[in-house]
Amino acid sequence: MKEHDLICIGCPMGCNMHVTIDEEGVFTVTGNTCPNGERYAKTELTKPQRQVTSTVRVLGGALDVVPVKTAAPVPKEKIFDCVRAMKGLAVPAPVDLGQVLSENLADTGVDLIATKAVGRK
Amino acid sequence: MKTQIVIIGGGPAGLAAAVSARKAGAEKVLILERSGELGGILNQCIHNGFGLHRFKEELTGPEYAARFIQMAKEAGVEAMTNTTVISVSPDRSVTAMSREKGVFTVEAGAVILAMGCRERPRGALRIPGLRPAGIYSAGTAQKFVNVLGRMPGKRVVILGSGDIGLIMARRMTLEGAKVLAVAELMPYSGGLKRNIVQCLDDYGIPLLLSHTVVDIRGKERVEGVTVARVDDKLKPIPGTEIEYDCDTLLLSCGLIPENELSYDLGCELSPVTSGPRVNERLETSIPGVFACGNVLHVHDLVDYVSEEAEAAGAAAAAFVLQGELPAGEPLRLVAASGVRYTVPSTIDPGRMGETQTVRFRVGNVYKDCRVAVYLGEERLRYIKKRIVTPGEMEQVILKKSELSGKTGELRFAIEG
Amino acid sequence: MKVIVIGAGVTGCAIARELCRSQYEVTVLEKASDLCEGTSKANSGIVHAGFDAVPGSLMARLNVRGSELMEPLSRELDFAYRRNGAFVLCFEKENEPRLQELKERGEKNGVKGLRILTGDEVRAMEPQVSDKVTAALRAPTSGIVCPFELTIALGENAAVNGADFRFNTAVTGIRRKDNGWTLETSKGEFEADIVINAAGVYADRIHNMVSEEKMEIIPRKGEYCLMDKKLGGLVDSTLFQLPTQYGKGVLVTPTVHGNLMVGPTAVDIPDKENTATTAEGMAELLQRGAKSVKNLPLNQIITSFTGLRAHESHDDFIIGEAAGAPGFIDAAGIASPGLSSAPAIGEYVAEIVQSIAPAEKKENFIGARTGIPHVAGMSPEALHALIEKDPAFANVICRCERVTEGEILAAIHRPLGATTLDGVKRRTRAGMGRCQAGFCSPSVVEILARELGKDPGEITKAGGESRFITGYDKEGLA
Repeated sequence: MKEHDLICIGCPMGCNMHVTIDEEGVFTVTGNTCPNGERYAKTELTKPQRQVTSTVRVLGGALDVVPVKTAAPVPKEKIFDCVRAMKGLAVPAPVDLGQVLSENLADTGVDLIATKAVGRK
Repeated sequence: MKTQIVIIGGGPAGLAAAVSARKAGAEKVLILERSGELGGILNQCIHNGFGLHRFKEELTGPEYAARFIQMAKEAGVEAMTNTTVISVSPDRSVTAMSREKGVFTVEAGAVILAMGCRERPRGALRIPGLRPAGIYSAGTAQKFVNVLGRMPGKRVVILGSGDIGLIMARRMTLEGAKVLAVAELMPYSGGLKRNIVQCLDDYGIPLLLSHTVVDIRGKERVEGVTVARVDDKLKPIPGTEIEYDCDTLLLSCGLIPENELSYDLGCELSPVTSGPRVNERLETSIPGVFACGNVLHVHDLVDYVSEEAEAAGAAAAAFVLQGELPAGEPLRLVAASGVRYTVPSTIDPGRMGETQTVRFRVGNVYKDCRVAVYLGEERLRYIKKRIVTPGEMEQVILKKSELSGKTGELRFAIEG
Repeated sequence: MKVIVIGAGVTGCAIARELCRSQYEVTVLEKASDLCEGTSKANSGIVHAGFDAVPGSLMARLNVRGSELMEPLSRELDFAYRRNGAFVLCFEKENEPRLQELKERGEKNGVKGLRILTGDEVRAMEPQVSDKVTAALRAPTSGIVCPFELTIALGENAAVNGADFRFNTAVTGIRRKDNGWTLETSKGEFEADIVINAAGVYADRIHNMVSEEKMEIIPRKGEYCLMDKKLGGLVDSTLFQLPTQYGKGVLVTPTVHGNLMVGPTAVDIPDKENTATTAEGMAELLQRGAKSVKNLPLNQIITSFTGLRAHESHDDFIIGEAAGAPGFIDAAGIASPGLSSAPAIGEYVAEIVQSIAPAEKKENFIGARTGIPHVAGMSPEALHALIEKDPAFANVICRCERVTEGEILAAIHRPLGATTLDGVKRRTRAGMGRCQAGFCSPSVVEILARELGKDPGEITKAGGESRFITGYDKEGLA
């Protein structure tokens, strides 16, 4: 049997959870105040994921960079692969909110999308 | 110029107040925004985590702002950007300036203050040492990195574990800087727990509680800082110094509501929040002048800013459409043991809505405690809490039925 | 006739301006990137009445003269000055005779209007003065000035009248050559007939390059703290404390821009660059300042800073030709009241230069200067008219001090215009308010880069390696 203490990051509540995993791999989660906590605990202890937010260079835009996010959470160990993949990107203005700037970013199967519209200079 | 409602500030508070005022029947609602775009500080908060309460999904700052900007547009809210308000008079005439119009005055039926807040600077923290380049408030660094695409440093120490500092620890790391440590004067963090996990723990950045910066080195650019442990009186303990070689010190040591206009206008301000004192309709001591968002008190989540601002917008609309409602004897809200302040400061049971949200912050970390609310001797609430912390805002919702016809003090306390 | 002034602080600028009245070819060499980067930028900003200096000393004479010149000069050069008057507060009955001594000393120096008041009379004028004050000397001619504005106005006006300012130019050696001097600098060699040493805390090093009679300037470190503008009205006069066996005391004063200032401490240090503030210094001066006024709100501090006074052991200014160095004139040891004396030092040094190498007056000297318009203090009508002429004056960059893009552009494009953030700050007050440049610094960096045709990464706080930006996002990612 394994035990873990962790803080749920599913929402700003930040529930302190206690997780036990028995020999059969069955999870028992306490301390969570909503089902997201249990889901988070299982994911966090088996395959942790994070949504990555950063910036991508814009060419000829009113701003030099556009804020971006991965359209969904990516495996935690892939975070730096994702930002490194963004390093080589540059998109021409205008950029639309929600525009896909890179498909399957760093082989995560997740797209990179703009989180703000940027007009031309 | 004349309008029904002028809203000063087009950030999350101003936008939500404007939309709500229109929905409540105000026909002419005008936002005056000093920067070039609406959305306020959300435009530089490009991380996710906004909107979980409001939209039941996780948005970034610019996305959250975009939704409200769209709503304001659809609601027919007028907005003037690049327009700085210079003064507000008690008869609610608002003087502003812009490139196109020069100096101009808008006569308003009601005014909503939504100017937001600012960061506490180094001077207020009295950090000793030299004054080289490379010392920034976390929000300044955020603007450089997220809006201008430029890095303000390579090796970073952060003083203060406020949310912007924690967020910037991650942002700087993801953009290629090395964040050496976050030092926090208090024995607890001023930020949200999820930010400590996601922004520090994920990247192996140490959080040094009960530590502060005792020296800054470097003549032209920061070359290093010295961090030391503090005792329970928050005084540095000699012999506990840790030297960091770094080129940057970020400060995330608290936010202060930006109340120059309110101060000049003569609004009564709370010494605890630095924001105006307001009644149940979020109206300041000046009739017809309302306040919401971080100019009123610093919030933890933008979702609550929107909610509060909607209440202010509706109240301002009611004020212009129906005039001042007859006032009764208000209940005075008292922040007792463990509670630092409450918003509002007074509730008039005769004028309140069916429910009244009271927001407050605590002054310390309390575990397994109760949030207690008393009306005179009568205990109205006794809410069990696993933990309350200064970094997170608390709220209690009171019902008209339990306050109606009552007078005296409403006391808020942390117990047990 | 070539004259080189070493140092572009208030002393060097005042001297350069006075020399420009005559047919001299004036060059000012400054090691920093701007005017006003040393002692002149970090001091009390007081225009002392002149009761403090020893009668008969150069300090006494130049202080009183400087104080007389300051008001007309502030009108001519358009800088902020206010004659707010001062009190020297006495806290013990037994020390009151020393107030009388101070009054007599001042009268010998020619200071006008000095009188001694009882504690209650003081409090009638300044209600916030501590109840512990038993009596005080009133000096109605004492004033306050913005030291940056004064220095920049003098420098700018000298430049307009032909002085050639060379920044980032540190003097590393001086050789006698024929009847003049050759100055070795970080930017090559300069030749001069006459050299004037106005190098502040470094005046000893410059002096010792040419003179056998050695000089030593020991920087006297003074820490200050500046409080929010909300408090500028707490006191109207400058409040000094009567020196006692426990020390010289600190002053509490409004600044000419409406902040409240407390300082300075006084510690002699060997390091001429040590402008660090210390926790002990801050604690000391706040404790001492609290002695003068009833409610000193310590939570309203917006910044603290340290200045180094160019203190020389003889406790007087050293102005004149250096021993064994004809045509090499010191203006050294310009500690307090150096700022107050600056206009008079300028006059005096120009007289000395005239006596060595006479030159004709210039016909076309322009004494008047118009400063940068300050939107913050303007009436709505005047501001409206200004914005109609130039809309950049509607674009607020610094919220706290309400400084607009128009003012920043003016600061950059004037003679000896700003090239750094500190330069913009000292010319416009952008970044001097309660958020201390948190909001405006990214915008000021962008404006400076755009106007100077540079990349934002090249823009510095105060020259050298004091850059704001170290690279692009993700540049450091391996």
